[in-house]
Amino acid sequence: MKIITCIKQVPASSAVQVDPKTGVLIRDGNNVKMNPFDLFGLEASFKLKEMVPSSIVHAITMGPPSATEVLQEALYMGADEATLISDRRFAGADVLATSYTLSQLIEHISDYDVIVCGKQTTDGDTAQVGPEIAEFLHIPHIPYVKEIIEIKEDALVLRSAYDDYEEIVQIKTPCLITIDKDMNTPRLPSYRRKLMMKNHEIDMVSLKHLKDQNPDHYGLSGSPTQVDEIFPPQKRTETLKVKGSSKELAESFFNILKESRYV
Amino acid sequence: MAYIKVNNDKVTPDIAKKLIDLCPFNAFEYQDMYLSINASCKICKMCVKKGPDGVCELVETKKACVDKSLYKGITVYIEQRHGMAHKVSWELIGKAKELSQITHEPVYAIVIGNKISSIAEEALTYGVDRVFAYDDVAFNDFDAQVYTSVVESFFNNYHNNVILFGSTPHGRSFAPRVAARLKTGLTADCTMLDIKPDGDLLQIRPAFGGNIMAKINTPNHRPQLATIRYKMFNLPDQVTPFGDIVYPEIKDMTCERNTTILQTTDKPKVKDISEAEVIIAVGRAFKKEKDLELIQPLVKKLNAEVACTRPLIENGWFDAKHQIGLSGRTVKPKLIINLGISGAVQYIEGMKESELIISVNQDEHNKLFDISHYSIIGDIYSVLPELNKLIDNIWKVNA
Repeated sequence: MKIITCIKQVPASSAVQVDPKTGVLIRDGNNVKMNPFDLFGLEASFKLKEMVPSSIVHAITMGPPSATEVLQEALYMGADEATLISDRRFAGADVLATSYTLSQLIEHISDYDVIVCGKQTTDGDTAQVGPEIAEFLHIPHIPYVKEIIEIKEDALVLRSAYDDYEEIVQIKTPCLITIDKDMNTPRLPSYRRKLMMKNHEIDMVSLKHLKDQNPDHYGLSGSPTQVDEIFPPQKRTETLKVKGSSKELAESFFNILKESRYV
Repeated sequence: MAYIKVNNDKVTPDIAKKLIDLCPFNAFEYQDMYLSINASCKICKMCVKKGPDGVCELVETKKACVDKSLYKGITVYIEQRHGMAHKVSWELIGKAKELSQITHEPVYAIVIGNKISSIAEEALTYGVDRVFAYDDVAFNDFDAQVYTSVVESFFNNYHNNVILFGSTPHGRSFAPRVAARLKTGLTADCTMLDIKPDGDLLQIRPAFGGNIMAKINTPNHRPQLATIRYKMFNLPDQVTPFGDIVYPEIKDMTCERNTTILQTTDKPKVKDISEAEVIIAVGRAFKKEKDLELIQPLVKKLNAEVACTRPLIENGWFDAKHQIGLSGRTVKPKLIINLGISGAVQYIEGMKESELIISVNQDEHNKLFDISHYSIIGDIYSVLPELNKLIDNIWKVNA
């Protein structure tokens, strides 16, 4: 079984702010890390491999050359192969262009059975890339997977959790699954694997390797959405002090609840 | 294609340093007196707008423009399960109607499922002009691929401008497939929506973990798609229906499923104050256990969980799992109402991240007031009975 796991390098701190006067983004250091949700995706991939030991776990990421760091981490955790897709022409990609690029990479790798994604990233927070990749590849997907129950010849049986109910569902392979956080306890990179995989080559893919090489389908040009403007969020309002007679206080209280749509 | 061009003839080491410091994504590389941009570039255009004049410029080739006048209608996807609509759908209809005032477009609803006529009827009571009900046994269980085919067929037949989805687990799994199928944009979890008179939807959401807001649009693609969280917008008033229901043909759609639901289990409702959306917390100002009855109308009205401070646990009035604070639970509900709580720092640390904080206390210098959005200065024994009268009145009106 070939398992492709999508991971992403994200800023280590979310303390990026907008300077209200100049409109310039202020970043808090240049630290990056693996998207924490992807750790659960990697662990789920390794569990799939334990269920079918002949499997290969292939970690992929899209980003600048420095994103090879997260692929290295994946290899030290237990991935067998790793590919980075990077090209200046991918710059400014929104969800659609990102998903399309990743789906082109996955087609380039080919012969996959299961694609595993984390539930969402901590920088974009959209949870959309997984399902969009599945759509571009014309394969089914199941989100919020909590448990892999069984691997059949041409299907997986999964437990998936929604807000107020859970489902046990069978999905035909090839398919894509997104892994809920806390599905498992992600393993740490091991020293033994580090020694073993230290010189393992990370495959580098750019636009010229893909089937669709039209640059207009990638990056900013391939992105339907555009950011018009960025601005700081409204500050929490100063506390509003309410004084008056008991009746007036109760009326104000009631109106606050009404305005906040609670009554 | 579009990219940022660096005019290197204008680059000095000083300018290079300025640009490297300015870029929030570390996309500049300066080597051998040559400044280049790597794949980290997000084309945020900060270097074009805020950098030294004329050094960086956005190069963009002209694209064919979509004829926006061909796309009309703001549509809300009505999410339903077992014949019950998710309330976020009605909230979105309310917003869609507001937006349609600006663009003079009709407001539509689309419902997908099996035996859904009652939901279609219910949608009409929120004032939509037309409901498109895709009613077939094939749609009995939700399947993201099958439902996507339905929305694709709907769009191809009716050329909608905007389609809004609730940011529910279903919406978050299904709307992205619709976006990829129709090759258009989708903005997740918008906290505000606006629209330009030409029909361009302005999608506003937090970016980079909530410290920055971004205004996003979809200038050259239709439909424009967005997901919005539950309780982000007001539930609209119901009206006398004036719209109609259309049951479009199903026959041309691919209804082949790749997923089979083997078993569904409703999650048991666990009562835990840390999961609660609305909490009413009580403190030492309550003199007797019996006086807690004063909060019952509010608890019932808000469907709230009751929590307390440590002294009330010590009094034996509550079980320890109801305690907020460093020695109890940390809570982050959408709404917390603090009644007669003195505001020890241990308590405040346990609840200060709540989205909306209302506190009632007779001491004007109460510490809790510093972190509350609303501070009501009064005695709980006089405010609560008055409040209960008001709550009583709405029960009577609604009854």
